Amino acid sequence: MTAKKATAPRFWIALAVPGMIWLLVLFIVPVYAVLAIAMGKLDQMLEAPVAVWSPLDWSSSNVIDVWRDIFGSASFAGPILARTIAYTAIAALVCLLIGYPCAYFVARFAGRRKGLFLVLLIAPFWISYMMRMLAWIDLLATGGYVNKALGWLGIGPVNWLGGHSVTVVFGLVYGYIPYLIMVLFAGLDRIDGSLLEAGRDLGLGRVRTFIHVTLPLSRQPILTGLLITVLPMLGDYYTNQMLSGAAHTSMIGNLIQGQLGTPGLEGQGAVLSLLLLLVLLIPMVYYVIATNREAASR
Amino acid sequence: MTATSSAGTSPAPATTADPVSPVKARRLPRRSPWGHPWFLEGFIWLYLLWSLAPIAIAVLFSVNNGRSQSAWQGFSWRWYFTDHTNSVLHNPQLHAAVSQTVRLSVLTTLIAVPLGVAFALGLNRWRGGLPATFNFVMLLSYVIPELIFGVSMFFVFTTLFTSVHLGTLAEVLGLVTWNVSWPAIIVAARLATLGRQYEEAAADLGANQFQVIRRVLLPLLAPAIFASAVLVFSGVIDDFVIVDLLSSSAGNTPMSVIIYTTQHGGNGGPALNALGSIMLAMSLVIVILGYVGYRLLSRGERGGLDALTAIAGEG
Repeated sequence: MTAKKATAPRFWIALAVPGMIWLLVLFIVPVYAVLAIAMGKLDQMLEAPVAVWSPLDWSSSNVIDVWRDIFGSASFAGPILARTIAYTAIAALVCLLIGYPCAYFVARFAGRRKGLFLVLLIAPFWISYMMRMLAWIDLLATGGYVNKALGWLGIGPVNWLGGHSVTVVFGLVYGYIPYLIMVLFAGLDRIDGSLLEAGRDLGLGRVRTFIHVTLPLSRQPILTGLLITVLPMLGDYYTNQMLSGAAHTSMIGNLIQGQLGTPGLEGQGAVLSLLLLLVLLIPMVYYVIATNREAASR
Repeated sequence: MTATSSAGTSPAPATTADPVSPVKARRLPRRSPWGHPWFLEGFIWLYLLWSLAPIAIAVLFSVNNGRSQSAWQGFSWRWYFTDHTNSVLHNPQLHAAVSQTVRLSVLTTLIAVPLGVAFALGLNRWRGGLPATFNFVMLLSYVIPELIFGVSMFFVFTTLFTSVHLGTLAEVLGLVTWNVSWPAIIVAARLATLGRQYEEAAADLGANQFQVIRRVLLPLLAPAIFASAVLVFSGVIDDFVIVDLLSSSAGNTPMSVIIYTTQHGGNGGPALNALGSIMLAMSLVIVILGYVGYRLLSRGERGGLDALTAIAGEG
């Protein structure tokens, strides 16, 4: 037995090593490359970023440039950041307001139709995001069904795709709400029905049972659900670009993506990516720990 | 995860305060004492209409015999293959996009699934600081926003690994890294619920490590591996950010990127609806195959709802 145990680990190590090398070369190194470019220099001739791999030689010129863009007198990145926060916050809140009743209904009242509702709620997961945006572009176009319906009510055609904040937030909600609903459903479905019965037996009505029993128990799913919608929204540039494309509705994702293809600005794109990563690191780690704890408690 | 009765047909009531017989309890699943919430029911149907009707309309207009997206002009396959210049079949760019999406999905699944499964198996036994660190790194790769991941891939292929040019190879390398966490997480979860007893029994009966894996572990893990393959495959079909940042020319641009680049500004035309519908059909086929395959592999041991949530990555 002891001889076996001594040889066993080597076998399992050999299984894990390919994946570890892959993650090292194609995940850790790339993230470090962003840091090396953010702290690197600019090749003045080629206008190409030069990665500086040793922390001893790092230059702060890109960071200073980005700092000026955000807080300087001619700041153009500052409003973009503020807009990103506002759009994301409103969209996440609307997602929650629409998503919670849906998840709550399926978890508590769907009965034997639960399977049907789940299929319909999961369906958007399997429909390409671009297809879903394409569908709304058709509907929101000047001659599309939305404007036809509005015209029927006597409201003139609105150029929805001409750079409106409302359209962008609408697109974000539409795009990411299925993820929130599934997380909420998984959480609400796990609430012990006997707790609700207890609330009722103690004389609480429907509303007060909800406020005093269900809502406190759904705090964790709500947090995780908001996280799972906010994380991708903050890195989203395509929803915005497809439904608006205007500079006055652009978000941090658009800023980064734009700098990526622009000679001379790629270093600043790297700094902004790192900034975003830094802000999101705490919620990311929280999410990993929360889902681990949840898996352990099952 | 979801409580289903052994028959897998009706969800068993969690608990019933009223003293009802088990037969009656099964007949009235999860009966609310306050009556049915019709307002919520109406609300969710409105949500579902808002969520899915636009897709149905987009698919409908992909078989419209005209350019309009809002006036029906009769049924036609012209945007799929009849039209000799603009159909998906005859437009070289759209045609190439379909095959590129299939190519990326197959290659990524073939690499990411074995890599992730081996990783999960290895880390399940190997304890210590180094494996724990890599497990955490793998989880970070799962939650990192795709834009930041895409940016890091873009930089590493344009400044460090410059022999990997932007294009199919870069796309596959990026997609494998992005998707390897699916099989790793799902198999790790399955290993945790299985425990060690099956392998120990096999080892006591004289099986060596390879035999334990091939004859005991892999069959037990088959549903989990299969579910993760379905997730990776359909995930690559729908992927956008990574392939958008790592593609370089029309020859290596998949469908999602084509829809994005031609549509914004609203001048795509119905051939794009056809392309989107093809993507939808591909995902649908994968999902149905996945559902049926998962139920076969798990030999009905788990209910339909479990199969559904497993191939949606929620299991």
